[in-house]
Amino acid sequence: MNKFMLPLIVFFALVALLAVGLTLNPREVPSPLIGKPAPDFVLPLLQDPTKTVTQKEMLGKVWLLNVWASWCPSCREEHPVFNEYAKRPDAVPIIGLNWKDKREDGLRWLARFGDPYTASAYDNDGRVGINFGVYGAPETFLIDRNGVIRYKKIGTVTPEVLEKEILPEVRKWSQ
Amino acid sequence: MSRPMNHLLAALAFVSLAASAFAQEAAPLAEDPVVEQRLIHIATELRCLVCQNESLAGSQAPLAQDLRREVRNLIKDGNSDQQVKDFLVSRYGDFVLYRPQVKPVTYVLWVGPFVLLIVGIAALVNYLRRRSRQVVDTPLSDEERLRAENLLKENQP
Repeated sequence: MNKFMLPLIVFFALVALLAVGLTLNPREVPSPLIGKPAPDFVLPLLQDPTKTVTQKEMLGKVWLLNVWASWCPSCREEHPVFNEYAKRPDAVPIIGLNWKDKREDGLRWLARFGDPYTASAYDNDGRVGINFGVYGAPETFLIDRNGVIRYKKIGTVTPEVLEKEILPEVRKWSQ
Repeated sequence: MSRPMNHLLAALAFVSLAASAFAQEAAPLAEDPVVEQRLIHIATELRCLVCQNESLAGSQAPLAQDLRREVRNLIKDGNSDQQVKDFLVSRYGDFVLYRPQVKPVTYVLWVGPFVLLIVGIAALVNYLRRRSRQVVDTPLSDEERLRAENLLKENQP
């Protein structure tokens, strides 16, 4: 009896370890930027290259940064969620970061699927994306009043993700 | 010269011209061989986050190309290898390093395999010792020895 107990325990420990490993998503790499100041940026607007949107002008507000591109299918999937959210009276500003995209493609995309963004920044060469540690659209950041990144979602924002993950964080940092 | 032959020559001339045009279009990748050398040296130790099992040096993902561009610029600006790595780690985390740093979070990673090896060897030694104690030498009796010798003789030609 005792002879089989130890291998059995080891076996189940291994099963538990592998089971946990299977449920982890290798794409969700924890960002080292959580709790750090958001990278400073000055980017042209998607709609008007002569105007800019900056990280500094958002100081004092809790806001969301949504990284998207017209070539990104998951962005299309999550877009209605932001369209709906932006209509709410208590919605925080969403800045769209049009990442590694063609200007006309981005504009056509917004015209077709709706524009929930307070402003759309145009990051053609992806530099600002790199500063934010973006490695694939869509990604969504929550930035607090002091310009500190408080939360990051890698991948599609579903209605569940919005309600259960993002909005509680928004409320927490809005207080 | 026959007309088809002329056509063929013209076609060949066109193809070779087109080929040389393409050859020129392929931009001089190693504009600065020293920078390129260092880029490859650094990038082979960094993970491409899009295709996670490829290095930054080997990946053709658009993000990897952008990151190589950034690394190239950092090198040109006179940053050390460590500064380049710090640039990427501060944005993408330790995960980009194929050779993780030794710090409390990674102790298990670095020491774990050796601990397992030592535990394994200890278990093996323990098992072998116990078994050698269980196997007791019992000398053969005269009768058994005779039988064994006969059996051995039988097989000889």
